[in-house]
Amino acid sequence: MGILEVKGVGKRFGGLQALGDVNLSVGENSVHAIIGPNGAGKSTLLNCLIGKLIPDTGSVMFDGQSVLGRKPHEICQMGISRVFQTPEVFGDLTVFENMLIPCFAKRDGAFRLHAFETIAQEKDVVEKAQVMLEDVNMQDKLHMTAASLSRGDKRRLEMAMCLVQDPKLLLLDEPTAGMARADTNNTIDLLKEIKDKRDITIAIIEHDMHVVFSLAERITVLAQGTPLVEDTPDNIKGHPKVREAYLGESHG
Amino acid sequence: MLGLNKKDTKFLLIVVALTMFTPIILQPFAEGTGLAQFNAGYPDLMQRFAIFGIFAIGFNILFGLTGYLSFGHAAFLGVGSYSAVWMFKLLSMNVIPGILLAVATSGVFALLIGYVSLRRSGIYFSILTLAFAQMSFNLAYSVLTPITNGETGLQLALDDPRILDGVNNSGSLPVTNIFGLAMNSSTQIEVLGRVWTFNVGYYFCAIIAILAFYLSLRIFRSPFGMMLRAVKSNQQRMNYTGLNSRPYTLAAFVISGMYAGLAGGLLASMDPLAGAERMQWTASGEVVLMTILGGAGTLMGPVLGAGFIKYFENIFSKINDTVLHGWFSFMPDGLEDLLVVLVHPFVGKGWHLTLGILFMLVVVFLPGGLIEGGQRIAALFKRKRSDDDNLDPEHHPKQTPHVAE
Ligand SMILES: Nc1ncnc2c1ncn2[C@@H]1O[C@H](COP(=O)(O)OP(=O)(O)OP(=O)(O)O)[C@@H](O)[C@H]1O
Ligand SMILES: [Mg+2]
Repeated sequence: MGILEVKGVGKRFGGLQALGDVNLSVGENSVHAIIGPNGAGKSTLLNCLIGKLIPDTGSVMFDGQSVLGRKPHEICQMGISRVFQTPEVFGDLTVFENMLIPCFAKRDGAFRLHAFETIAQEKDVVEKAQVMLEDVNMQDKLHMTAASLSRGDKRRLEMAMCLVQDPKLLLLDEPTAGMARADTNNTIDLLKEIKDKRDITIAIIEHDMHVVFSLAERITVLAQGTPLVEDTPDNIKGHPKVREAYLGESHG
Repeated sequence: MLGLNKKDTKFLLIVVALTMFTPIILQPFAEGTGLAQFNAGYPDLMQRFAIFGIFAIGFNILFGLTGYLSFGHAAFLGVGSYSAVWMFKLLSMNVIPGILLAVATSGVFALLIGYVSLRRSGIYFSILTLAFAQMSFNLAYSVLTPITNGETGLQLALDDPRILDGVNNSGSLPVTNIFGLAMNSSTQIEVLGRVWTFNVGYYFCAIIAILAFYLSLRIFRSPFGMMLRAVKSNQQRMNYTGLNSRPYTLAAFVISGMYAGLAGGLLASMDPLAGAERMQWTASGEVVLMTILGGAGTLMGPVLGAGFIKYFENIFSKINDTVLHGWFSFMPDGLEDLLVVLVHPFVGKGWHLTLGILFMLVVVFLPGGLIEGGQRIAALFKRKRSDDDNLDPEHHPKQTPHVAE
């Protein structure tokens, strides 16, 4: 039994069946990649996992508990963090503040009226945020607003904001899109390092096959809202159906 | 000091000094000169500066930090005033219980209204708050007449119980006081033709305004304040970071409602009557204007905006044609009349027009409000100076508008 169990999930947008009958099991402490052509329903599937969308049918169990019907912040507090396809950061806030917020959320929970402390007094949180920013090489950008970062930097920041919460399950929606080659490789290294160092399960959506094959232990191929195959990277590489439905199209 | 860093402590001390010397600073022109009418150091006007400053500081905690634009904050102002006057009628003319009750009741009101209104955001939130405020206005105006005395407004009466104050045999209405010191007592000093009025009521309001400002400074610098800015910046990211934005916005709403109630209580403490018009939508709109004019999300901006609007309302509105003729009398007759005709629409009753134009100019050219204007001028001087000295090696990254002073 995996840490994430998706059973029979379907989601319809008007006339469009975005997800058909998705079954997915992600093993604890594994890296599971979800690939598939544009519009296959990959992001929609993630949205169903974090409470952004409620699926029409099926069940989603995380760590033995259902996530359906829970609010996004509750699901996050259960241990699921998500990096979005278009980077979602606090644009008006500084990079440092962006990193402080998830640290506070992790320590204090969904709400705390800490109106009389200064931020500087919260030494543990400040230090944690600083260390994480150093880990992703952003210590020289502390006082820039997040909106002024490059797309690749925003992504790195967002990923760091997720990682600092020490989630059990990290959902990454195309984490390297818009990154330069060097940054992509850094991201791969960072994720590998994270994976080795702590107990974390990663589900990653990615178009860049270099990233997929460097990280993934299992791969699910999604096409038109239904999983086509699920297998190890080596088997997926040679799979005729996959070549036809996906790899053939984008790497023809 | 006081949980503030060096820069903020300095900032607070400057604010304290400015507030304490307001009766002097606002009387720059000698009596009897043509400019004397621009003096603003009168007790009732200075009290208004402080009180509406508090109102705007509180409003800014909600609007400036979270971006939720309430169009109904005057309801809390009114609730505060009614509560305070009832205390003056029933308990004592000492303003302390009145103000405490004003803050408490407006807090409860804000909790109820905020709980419902914050289920929506954006324009729907604004409309809900407006609807609640109009409801409160109508309740105060007609339905709840036994409590609010309807159209006439709630006033003191000779036969009010005032159980703590003892019997009043003087035959005249008692005055509000703080432990015996009457709010309306003043000392006047004349220096170089300038009359400085040191009024108890003003200093009482000023001290509370400083406390209110200090509290807002602490909130701005706290993790809670940062969360409120996060709500404004990206509520979605906030929720997916494990934070529940609803109680944060509700807390900000209640705090700002209590600030409004405090302001309402102070208004009643300076002049013990409360009318429904204090809750009208125009009054709610006024605090929005104050905050945006001064600079929403900045610490000093709303206070500045409040001062500006109250100054216009009280000083500009007093300039009539006779005054204008006085100003332009040195000119040839035809030109004098022409100028008076041209200026006439912008002064006196037309002060709204001037304010409107000013507001438009600020919104278009200084989206950060008057504060941004001040900062730009300061930056201009700074650059000039460092250009002269040829030493500007530092590159100053652009400041975030929402955390600027
Ligand atoms: N909120 C929505 N309302 C209506 N249709 C939607 C919505 N979200 C997604 N869709 C549609 O559902 C389908 C699947 O979209 P989804 O974003 O999940 O694809 P994807 O696999 O992530 O694609 P990509 O690789 O381009 O990111 C698309 O056809 C999309 O247009
Ligand atoms: Mg997608």
